[in-house]
Amino acid sequence: MEVGVAKHGIYLILLISLVTLSNLSTVRSSSSDLQIVDAERRIDVTSHIVRVYLTLKVENTGKSSASEVLLAFSPEQAKNIANLQAAFVTGKKKKKSYLPLKVNPTDLPDSPNGTKYFTVYLLNPLSTGESVTIEVLYTLTHSLQPFPVEISQSEPQLVYYHDSALILSHYYIKKQKTMIRTPSNKVESFTRVEPADRKGTELKYGPYEDRSPYSYSPVIIHFENNNPFAVVEELVREVEISHWGNLQITEHYKLAHGGARHKGVFSRVEYQGRPSGSGASSFKHLLAKLPPRVHSVYYRDGIGNISSSHLRSDLRKSELEIEPRYPLFGGWKATFTIGYGLPLQDFLFESDDGRRYLNFSFGCPIAETVVDDLTVKVVLPEGSKNPSALVSFPVEQNLETSYSYLDVVGRTVVVLKKKNVVPEHNIPFQVYYNFHPMFMLAEPLMLTTVFFLLFLTSLAYLHMDISIRKS
Amino acid sequence: MAAVETANDKALRYAFGNVLCFFILLLIGVLAFSIRLFSVIKYESVIHEFDPYFNYRVTQFLIKNGIYDFWNWFDDRTWYPLGRVIGGTVYPGLTLTAGTIWRILNSLNIPLSVETVCVFTAPIFSAFAAWATYFLTKEVKGTGAGLTAAALLAMVPSYISRSVAGSYDNEAVAIFALIFTFYLYIKTLNTGSLFYATLNAIAYFYMVCSWGGYTFIINLIPMHALLCIVTGRYSPRLYIAYCPLIVLGTLLAALVPVVGFNAVLTSEHFASFLVFIIIHVVALAYYIKGLLSPKMFKFAVTLVVSVGLVLCFAVIAVLVALVASSPTKGWSGRSLSLLDPTYASKYIPIIASVSEHQPPTWPSYFMDINVLAFLVPAGIVACFLPLSDASSFVILYIVTSVYFSGVMVRLMLVLAPAACIMSGIALSEAFGVFTRSIKFQLPGVSQSQQIDAKDNGSEPSGDVIRNDIVKTDRHDEPVKERPLRRNKKKDKENMEKASKPSIKSKIENKLLVLPLETSIIALFLLVLLGAFYVVHCVWAAAEAYSAPSIVLTSHSHDGLHVFDDFREAYAWLSHNTDVDDKVASWWDYGYQTTAMANRTVIVDNNTWNNTHIATVGTAMSSPEKAAWEIFNSLDVKYVLVVFGGLVGYSSDDINKFLWMVRIGGGVFPHIKEPDYLRDGQYRIDSQATPTMLNCLMYKLSYYRFADTDGGKAYDRVRRTEIGKKNIKLTHFEEVFTTHHWMVRLYKLKPPRNRIRSKTKKSKSKSSSTSNQKRRGTGKKNPWH
Repeated sequence: MEVGVAKHGIYLILLISLVTLSNLSTVRSSSSDLQIVDAERRIDVTSHIVRVYLTLKVENTGKSSASEVLLAFSPEQAKNIANLQAAFVTGKKKKKSYLPLKVNPTDLPDSPNGTKYFTVYLLNPLSTGESVTIEVLYTLTHSLQPFPVEISQSEPQLVYYHDSALILSHYYIKKQKTMIRTPSNKVESFTRVEPADRKGTELKYGPYEDRSPYSYSPVIIHFENNNPFAVVEELVREVEISHWGNLQITEHYKLAHGGARHKGVFSRVEYQGRPSGSGASSFKHLLAKLPPRVHSVYYRDGIGNISSSHLRSDLRKSELEIEPRYPLFGGWKATFTIGYGLPLQDFLFESDDGRRYLNFSFGCPIAETVVDDLTVKVVLPEGSKNPSALVSFPVEQNLETSYSYLDVVGRTVVVLKKKNVVPEHNIPFQVYYNFHPMFMLAEPLMLTTVFFLLFLTSLAYLHMDISIRKS
Repeated sequence: MAAVETANDKALRYAFGNVLCFFILLLIGVLAFSIRLFSVIKYESVIHEFDPYFNYRVTQFLIKNGIYDFWNWFDDRTWYPLGRVIGGTVYPGLTLTAGTIWRILNSLNIPLSVETVCVFTAPIFSAFAAWATYFLTKEVKGTGAGLTAAALLAMVPSYISRSVAGSYDNEAVAIFALIFTFYLYIKTLNTGSLFYATLNAIAYFYMVCSWGGYTFIINLIPMHALLCIVTGRYSPRLYIAYCPLIVLGTLLAALVPVVGFNAVLTSEHFASFLVFIIIHVVALAYYIKGLLSPKMFKFAVTLVVSVGLVLCFAVIAVLVALVASSPTKGWSGRSLSLLDPTYASKYIPIIASVSEHQPPTWPSYFMDINVLAFLVPAGIVACFLPLSDASSFVILYIVTSVYFSGVMVRLMLVLAPAACIMSGIALSEAFGVFTRSIKFQLPGVSQSQQIDAKDNGSEPSGDVIRNDIVKTDRHDEPVKERPLRRNKKKDKENMEKASKPSIKSKIENKLLVLPLETSIIALFLLVLLGAFYVVHCVWAAAEAYSAPSIVLTSHSHDGLHVFDDFREAYAWLSHNTDVDDKVASWWDYGYQTTAMANRTVIVDNNTWNNTHIATVGTAMSSPEKAAWEIFNSLDVKYVLVVFGGLVGYSSDDINKFLWMVRIGGGVFPHIKEPDYLRDGQYRIDSQATPTMLNCLMYKLSYYRFADTDGGKAYDRVRRTEIGKKNIKLTHFEEVFTTHHWMVRLYKLKPPRNRIRSKTKKSKSKSSSTSNQKRRGTGKKNPWH
């Protein structure tokens, strides 16, 4: 499973380089000759991370061949997009196969109303009259707006979701429909743009036909969502490589409940007495999915160990269930640290050119959380040289030096920073570096020497007579 | 040839003995360190209790801001709105020690956290204290007694109770400093070396930095000097041991901000100055005695005595005047309560309210020093045979510390090292006597001894005796199979040491031989006693003294329950309230709130301002409205109460409540203790007085408590149903209650709009809340 993902990532990288080279010369204006024959959008708002699956059937009606497709987003949405993936679909219903496509944020000079674009680069240029099916998945964070903004302990949490009934597009769309899945059938209200319909937990807009480019029809859906709005405001993951066989992970969390703010009284009687009706939007458990064969797990915060956690592990995976010290209501915060060790052979490999590389997953191990600000620090062993990181999405990179037990020259730290991270970012990244095994012995040798010198000096001292007068 | 061989043998054996001694000491150090780790293993590596949290916070500040900011630190997060000058009111020894350790480790790139260093400071220093005990006892009665005493001290429960891992308190390093200062004093007394005298002053300085208990040293050493002079034991060595210590020590002590001019102004230090004068007079007398002929000396004595008497009166007059004019009027409260055990409970409820300031009970002696209590008298007897300067000091030490420990439980800690030294001496002497008796009566041994005596004279025969002791050791082994391994080791070393004094006084000792069977049985009993001590110490370390008291556990049929409510509440406070919010609670929780929740508190465990504490006590014992006014005038936003009624945690605020009433009533007379008692009994059930049922503490503790068990409201600590179940709060609202209800946090409601409240009042005049309000406003608010 993991290896598959890794391959996936490497393919993506290869594609990136190929596609960028081949597309430098493409003429952009040709893209307006495209049209979308059929568009289907499924929006999933069951958790606090909104996932949108967009299936587009694109046809080239122009004269020249086209190799890129533009996706348009309103500026509010574009700012919340955490992740956008596109895939090229071949085959029919059951035997569908997906080929990932390269996507890049793009700016067009004359975009109406500040529309933001993403360019999807096709594998093969689309020649005149041909059509192609593209699937796009994008995730939106902080897009569910609690209303009322403050709720008391007994109230459920209601949220707004803003979007458009019509898919915002740079192209003419022949036929389109939108489905929205809500967590329960408690929907307070939704904007009607006929034909619109609600069945159980699904809202359906469309089908709409023959809409010109940049058609927009804002809708608001007001519904109940009591799922945990677990937002990690800041996460620092430290991955420390020891060539003696251990990979030590330390993760510092600043967790907050991102939903409707809690107001007024918190009553423990109510909370414990009626678990269903009281504090429905609060959460007290979090589930962290850790790699298998994890050991020495700890869970603590600034004032000591937090005793409420359970670790279940089997051969395939380990699950760490953690409870913050107190249940989190809207707006409440908590900080904690999780640390664990992993066997090195599962994550560190030697590449063909003799370099070593670490292959580790990037995102936050806690399920269904948004990380506003993620820092991954890979602490390489002392004496490592030429570090380089390979991540399949844009991250901010820099190098630091840290000193740990008895270091002399310090360890190189590869720092990777990314904002707005969602579970979709939990894919492996690689850090390559050169390392000579001699450095493993540096510290033992140093200690041996120090003790040897200590004994030598004490020997010398005992055999020396430094008194001025012989007694 | 033979002579050369024996000389070589002897050197080798000495070297072997030294190496053995070194390794035994090393093991004692390891023992002292590791027996204190039960708390880390059974619970976690965390700072314990109350005061350690303050020390931990101070250490964090020191490491973050450096030493100069530390001296100038004015802490505005406590004693709001007064604040506290931490740099000038804290004994900095512990903090500086831990800070230095941290700095050294970090400069070696060993990135231990401040917390880890603080947690392990106490165990490390108890190993040091064991070594210091070895040196001190060695100066008094030789290596054997030294090693025994060190082994005993390494695991004495009284000291363990203050120095388990995590118990980051002044005493942890102070006991080491105390013993080491005493060792250096004895060392100087035995050698007359000015080098050791200087070291002694520095050790004393470290002690002054560490703990207020330094006054014990500065009174005990003059007492001993005086004793020496009175018993005719004056020597130049005593002068060297005493005078530099007083001069240098007082100067150095005055450098510590918390002591400052107290080092010369308060009465606790006057004894040392008085003896300082006396010792000079005596020194002068001895000097003159050497110069003059006996006849002239006699004349001079009469002259000096008459002049001296006059001078003495003058000095005493000056002293009395100084005492009367000194800022603290002589003795401070805590010292006075030492001299008069009933002083504190009579005059200062705040001192009396602390359980560690109570006089101890007999069981607590047995708990804290165990079999040492029986060995001490034997040790005192052993110290008289023969009496030396050093052994007279140890006798004086044990006698005074027994007295002080009888005054305050806390000072049991000072008794523990003395008891260990005495027991070490007693055990080692007893082992010496018994093994010698056995050795002289074993047939094969006595023969060889005679032959050897003929051959080589007296000196080598000593060596033979040593050999024999090794043999007897082997003989004894089946007997000693039973006790614990650690104990066996210790006893073995005892045997080893016991041989040394036997060499010196072999001839006389031959006459003091006990019957063989008696000796063997007595040895066996002593080993058994030692084994019992070890078992008790391990039990005390593991079960009695290791609980960190911020996290509680209980065993029940369905496993271990963890009550982590305190940290739950502090974590909630620190993450979900504003940084500048003020939290009011009883002073016990002040240090923890500032350290763990980082919020400003009104009062804390420093208890320097009785009025301020009385204000909080008054608020807690007032009805809701009056309490709200007091708290509001102090800018308080949250009130924290500790409530154990749901899970049966007995040291909660309701049980401490009478002290709040007493301390509050001591300053604000409208709070009267009898109002809270029904027929002199403190009760919370339906028989409780209306004042009690309406006071803030009662309401905050039991608010909505009746809903937990279907209206019964059974308090598991007081084992009764509570008196008032339907509690309504008008000026406070519950904002957080921990999982087991042990900590409850309330927020002060903002003052109500005046016009609206008036109309409301007129609407419902007969309601219970308005009744309370009227009663509340009738009482006097101390802040208006």
